[in-house]
Amino acid sequence: MTETGTTTLKARGLSIRFQGRGGPVARAVDGVDLSIATGEIVALVGESGSGKTTLARALLGLEKPAAGEVLLDGQPLERTARGLRSFRRRVQLVLQDPAGALNPRHTVYESVAEGIRLHRLESSDSEGRSEAQLVAAALSSAGLRPPERLFLRYPHELSGGQRQRVLIAGALAMAPQLLVADEPVSSLDASIRGEILALLLNLRETLGLGVLVVTHDLGLAWNIADRIAVMYLGRVVEAGPTEEVLRDPQHPYTRALLSVVPEIDQMEPVVLHGEVPDPTRIPPGCRFHPRCPALADGAAEAAGVADDCRRTALEVLPAGGGHHVSCHLVAARQSSQR
Amino acid sequence: MTHLLELDDVSVTYVTAGGDVPAVRGVSLSVAAGEVVGVAGESGCGKSTVAATILRLQPPSARVTGRVLFEGEDVQTMKWGALRALRWAGASMVFQGALHSLNPVQRVGAQISEPIRLHEPDLSDKKVETRVGELLEQVGLPRQRARAYPHQLSGGQRQRVMIAMALACRPRLIVADEPTTALDVMVQAQVLHVLQGLVSDLDVGLLMISHDLSVLADLCDRIAVMYAGRVVEHGPADKVFADPLHPYAGALSASFPRIGDVAARYAPAGLPGDPPDPAELPSGCSFHPRCPKRFDDCDKVAPELRSDGTSRAAACLLVEPR
Repeated sequence: MTETGTTTLKARGLSIRFQGRGGPVARAVDGVDLSIATGEIVALVGESGSGKTTLARALLGLEKPAAGEVLLDGQPLERTARGLRSFRRRVQLVLQDPAGALNPRHTVYESVAEGIRLHRLESSDSEGRSEAQLVAAALSSAGLRPPERLFLRYPHELSGGQRQRVLIAGALAMAPQLLVADEPVSSLDASIRGEILALLLNLRETLGLGVLVVTHDLGLAWNIADRIAVMYLGRVVEAGPTEEVLRDPQHPYTRALLSVVPEIDQMEPVVLHGEVPDPTRIPPGCRFHPRCPALADGAAEAAGVADDCRRTALEVLPAGGGHHVSCHLVAARQSSQR
Repeated sequence: MTHLLELDDVSVTYVTAGGDVPAVRGVSLSVAAGEVVGVAGESGCGKSTVAATILRLQPPSARVTGRVLFEGEDVQTMKWGALRALRWAGASMVFQGALHSLNPVQRVGAQISEPIRLHEPDLSDKKVETRVGELLEQVGLPRQRARAYPHQLSGGQRQRVMIAMALACRPRLIVADEPTTALDVMVQAQVLHVLQGLVSDLDVGLLMISHDLSVLADLCDRIAVMYAGRVVEHGPADKVFADPLHPYAGALSASFPRIGDVAARYAPAGLPGDPPDPAELPSGCSFHPRCPKRFDDCDKVAPELRSDGTSRAAACLLVEPR
């Protein structure tokens, strides 16, 4: 996408480390390139402990990178109060668990108006709209109509779906270009989920927003995402157009994840043992190798890459279009086909 | 086939200061040994209340009518001693949220052994310890893990401890209320694999409660779908998921997209509106305000659960007996 007016948020070689007092260093995000532009929906998927939420926080300027940088339209993120302020108007966060994220003692109006006041949007509005008009516009963009009826409600008087819409309205009130939504529907009932996902699609359509959805739900990615990036232990291991990645997954980890999604009949379930390892002890070589079914069943040995899997680290996958996989075995197979 | 568990027209009403709230309205269900039965539904549909009545765990403010039969005996009216014997040893429960159900300052081995010591006070410490070790291995954890505290375990491991505890007194029935809800897909697959193994190896009955129809479809023999306190559809698991009769079951099923299904691309399926407040149920069919297929009679007639002439049943005026 190169049309004028496109805004792109980019992570370049981004690493985030955490260290407890005197403890080992956890490499939560360990070298990631990722981009998200206006008008596209990108899903960042992974299990707990994969670093997906940390990466999302870093893209919002909420974590300081140990290496690499966050770029908005090619400009590195300015970590001054002023820089962050203007950045956060353009890139907004939508939290999971709307019941916990909304202040129970604030009315819907106050919750949505808070950002408008902080950023003094009323005085700078090009159409000269009042605060109440801005709040009403945000609520109706989030599908809460008529908005005035909700102004004086408290969160406990709303349903889960309505609360999530209020959170989204709070973000939309800033007139952002990009949204980062962390598990936007995981705490909602199944029948409500579709409505919220439809809202995200609709916002892309009508406002041209770009949305980065952080989720563990591959079905959600299939529902709404143009592109998908699969994270494992701080790295993106496979990325590409959703249809290609989910219909023809290449990385053994992506394949395993897909195979255990209930009711996928075509695939024999590959249940991996154990859990995502501790990010303070990232295995050498390919970080997935201790759990990799392709290494365990000898497929990697047969292709002559088993040593590489255990010893040779893989390169960071490029951001942007195309289907990319970070796997020695896949690389060996591709080069033998050529 | 004699049933291990049989719910016969069970209704549960919470008596509150603001009036009676019917949480469960006339639910009938059965589970046989070696069978896995699923109850699906969204928050507030009454599925957890149904689970609670099986071990008479409902709060004192709940009024229960109908019969809950465990091996032919009514759980709701049985004597206290009989009920104590039934809990853990006859039927046991795996709750959701293992982090909050385990005692944080006690080793998990001690927690697993608690029901064993209560039910078999004569057993020596050595034997109890062996038993705990066996139970941990049964759920795929090394026996040394008995010495761990809950915070030292991951979410999936804690959920396995909960299952080991439920198995401690060799129950014939396990009731699992959202056992995998807080878990990642891969860990969920591991836990479901353990549950599946137990049913086939130990021939226990499993009643599994979940909001996730796709998980139930994978694991269960039969599924009952609940809405607003009622079973609205009941039948073989694959049929209910793949070809639902009731419009609500259809909407629920559609909200779990099949990856690879072109029709679901850029078309997330949802239902407008919210489930009704049990204190203010709509007239006629409780689902009619949200139903995409409603017609004239739906707000007047409350449909009964009717068989379609096969092994399936639905509570919808549009479903005709075949």
